[in-house]
Amino acid sequence: MFTRVHNNKRLQLTLGLLFGFCFGFLLQKGRVCDYEIIMRQLLLQDFTVLKIMLTAMATGMLGVYAMRGLGWVKLHKKAGSLGANIPGPLIFGIGFGMLGYCPGTSVGAVAHGALDALVGVIGILIGAGLYAAVYPKIKGRILAFGDFGGKTLIDVLPVRNPWAVILPLVAVIALLLFALEKAGL
Amino acid sequence: MNTVIEVLRDQTWSPYAVGAGIGVLSWLTFLFSDSPLGVSTAFTKSAGMIERAIRGPKVEKKLYYQENKLGVDWGWVLVIGVFIGALVSAGISGTFRFDWVPSMWEAAFGANIFTRLAVALAGGICLGFGARWAGGCTSGHGISGTMQLVLGSWLAAACFFISGVATAMFIYRVL
Repeated sequence: MFTRVHNNKRLQLTLGLLFGFCFGFLLQKGRVCDYEIIMRQLLLQDFTVLKIMLTAMATGMLGVYAMRGLGWVKLHKKAGSLGANIPGPLIFGIGFGMLGYCPGTSVGAVAHGALDALVGVIGILIGAGLYAAVYPKIKGRILAFGDFGGKTLIDVLPVRNPWAVILPLVAVIALLLFALEKAGL
Repeated sequence: MNTVIEVLRDQTWSPYAVGAGIGVLSWLTFLFSDSPLGVSTAFTKSAGMIERAIRGPKVEKKLYYQENKLGVDWGWVLVIGVFIGALVSAGISGTFRFDWVPSMWEAAFGANIFTRLAVALAGGICLGFGARWAGGCTSGHGISGTMQLVLGSWLAAACFFISGVATAMFIYRVL
């Protein structure tokens, strides 16, 4: 669906800017561009970040899989491996705890005047550049270790209908959010 | 109309409203742009373009930039949009304020700007390096990947938080 829209490069740049605008606006209104909100999440004192992520996840999967069922959209699954999806995220987490913002929210934090986030953005650029330099050395080795491609939960569970995974998962997320509220977190 | 303006000027929206908003936004990016939300690829491209400006076109020969072509694309303008959207949001709710050191940091470790900036810079480097190693960040894996039920993204998101919680606890509880 909308192949002509997808192939219109100029329109896509406009849409990218517009979608980004909405994303940044929402992140700021959710207060997740605030150092204290993210840090208190990592210290397990405030669960705003988790509430936003879990709600986005549940809402997103309902719509994206419904539209996929209708043949309107296709999925964009990143290929994964143990060597990519464990060490990389562990390094990321160290940075997350030190900086107190993630890449998206650091950009949002600069936009409300946080100058430490600006230094963080410069750091992220340096880190991304360093990764490009070491990439050839780890590509065929660590990154290839424990490769599981673009497998989803549906592929590894003994079900064929995606909704047999999605509906219980959304229910679990809803219960978890309810429990967080009940606990006053 | 007045209520709409009041809501837009509110400093804080319910996390459930924001989360649902990001979820619906993802529907739209899949439908109209055939792309998931993600931020860290744009950092790679920017880093490569800055390096190209300094060291010349040979930078494009690097394997990583062969596989991730440099240039301005949908994902790159998305991040410009994030900045503008966050700026407008902060502007209309009156929360824009220049600050070198977050108050929570200052209460624990003092107001020394350079200590905070050194930690922020080192943290940023780990974030950028780790995000590219992981193949995505809290947006690309943590939101877009998990909603597509991708195994690698669930694993990555879990590791982001395990390591982030451990680091934060170490900084605030031990140091």
